[in-house]
Amino acid sequence: MARTAASSQGSSLRRREAWQGYVFASPWIVGFLLFTAGPLLFSLYASFTNYDITSRMDWIGMQNYDTMFNHDPLFWKSLRNTLYFVVISVPLQTAGGLLLAVILNRKVAGIRLFRTVFYLPSILSGVGVYVLWMMLLSPSAGLVNLMLSWVGIDGPAWLTDPAWTKNAVILMKIWGAGGMMLLYLASLQSVPQQLYEAAELDGAGKLRKFWHVTLPMITPVIFFEIVTGMIGGFQIFQEGYVMGYNNDPGAPMNSLLFYNLHMFLKAFKVFDMGYAMAMAWFLFLIVLVLTLINLTLSKFWVHYEGGER
Amino acid sequence: MSLLAAQEQARLKKLSTPQRKVRSKWGAVLLYAIMIALGLLLLTPLFWMLSTSLKSMQEIMSYPPTLFPKVIHFENYQHAWEKGNFGRYTLNTLFLAGVGVFSHVLSNTFVAYGFAKIRFPGKKLLFSVMLGTMMIPSFVTLIPQYILFSKLAWINTYYPLTVPGFFGSAFQIFLIRQFFMTIPNELIEAGKVDGASHYRIWWQLMLPLSLPVIATVAIMTFQGAWNDFTGPLIYINSESLFNLQIGLQSFKGTESTQWHYLMAGSVIVLLPVVLLFFFFQRYFIEGMNITAGTKG
Repeated sequence: MARTAASSQGSSLRRREAWQGYVFASPWIVGFLLFTAGPLLFSLYASFTNYDITSRMDWIGMQNYDTMFNHDPLFWKSLRNTLYFVVISVPLQTAGGLLLAVILNRKVAGIRLFRTVFYLPSILSGVGVYVLWMMLLSPSAGLVNLMLSWVGIDGPAWLTDPAWTKNAVILMKIWGAGGMMLLYLASLQSVPQQLYEAAELDGAGKLRKFWHVTLPMITPVIFFEIVTGMIGGFQIFQEGYVMGYNNDPGAPMNSLLFYNLHMFLKAFKVFDMGYAMAMAWFLFLIVLVLTLINLTLSKFWVHYEGGER
Repeated sequence: MSLLAAQEQARLKKLSTPQRKVRSKWGAVLLYAIMIALGLLLLTPLFWMLSTSLKSMQEIMSYPPTLFPKVIHFENYQHAWEKGNFGRYTLNTLFLAGVGVFSHVLSNTFVAYGFAKIRFPGKKLLFSVMLGTMMIPSFVTLIPQYILFSKLAWINTYYPLTVPGFFGSAFQIFLIRQFFMTIPNELIEAGKVDGASHYRIWWQLMLPLSLPVIATVAIMTFQGAWNDFTGPLIYINSESLFNLQIGLQSFKGTESTQWHYLMAGSVIVLLPVVLLFFFFQRYFIEGMNITAGTKG
């Protein structure tokens, strides 16, 4: 008798507890439904219509997707531009961040100051940085070409030459590679010292120690940086919008027309919302596939301490 | 034989020890040389921005270029500040950042408490859905969100830029939850025995214990609001509502290649972030480390 009373009291307590749990989670649940799940479903449906936000919303089947793949050269152009940016900038930024971390992973006087200096550029972003680099890269008044001329290189026209605009953006991104450095530093410092001592006993030199001890131990972080770098890289937008020649987004010759910029202009300049949302879903698919590929590949080369997962 | 070999080895070691020291001394010199060279290279753009912002246009175009301005033209800042209307944009940005920090700290600590310290059915599922949403590219929901807000007649108001903050953001909830998990459950139990509700425990116990992570989240949000470009770009049309990013973008449109004014504008927009970084460096780095601790 007493036991049932106690347990029913316990279960009502648990119910109250659970109820409170939902109250605490509710802001996120409501936000998820309103700002993520709802919009996702709506945009999936709208991607099969000719929606233009004001008047029409007719079902047109696969037509947006057909236009995208078969009748919109700018779609392919923007995809190629984005791929170029991702393929060049992600490895360079990853390597750059790792290099900075390896250099800074020492206990010497003043190291904190150097870490601060190396990290500083990465906290700066937005239009201020873009304008700064537009000046640095300007062929007439720019510092970059001046410095190149000191070593006998005749610098390119950067943001005015369609063949060089993306490299200009990539150069700017490498300046901020120190942002990745911190993660590498943390993981470099977590490599157990015994491993190095064991390797030294086996007669390994500096390079071999790095290759056979350090690198395997920090692969999880490298992996993380590559995945997030690629996903982030695919979403590049502002640089193409702001740094376009003559204040013209994507210019010159659409060489800075990145995928999201094309989508943005479709949605907010010509109000072809249905088409833009089809593009958005295709982007979602790309990011999903990238993540899955990365996860699959990681099994072959990411070393997780503590064995299989 | 083996004794001889050992002796030989010891002799070699003796020989090599001082040499190694010398080498490591040179190594240190080399290390500092590399670090200083790289550091200077990375700081050059910022130095050049500052220097250019104080020059006359004539001096900027002169060849060979000067490292420091011959005459310091502080009036460039005055010109940028007035013509660029940066006073207005700074106030707007501070307002947006203030609301952002308040809403994010409030909602994300609240939700994180539920996920960290209360048991309820479906919690695991909800939590993994939340982690999954972090993978969705922001542009996928950007357009339908715009449509939603335009149906609510929220275009050209601050509502689309502020209201969503009160509904939590997955990454920050995750970050705070990781921190809350390190606070012992016994503390919560003790609070309950004293008759405190979860709400009171969240407000009076957890929040004061979580100041480091709150600072991290606050700085992250502030920086995000300060640098927000896409949001104001699509939602704001009136010049009087521009934030600093959009303001600088439009200033850039009017000044084209007047680099001295443009650099003054850039300094105005970037300097507060640099100062924030120097004062609160720990929390910038803390945020990165919490992120680092979550995979591995």
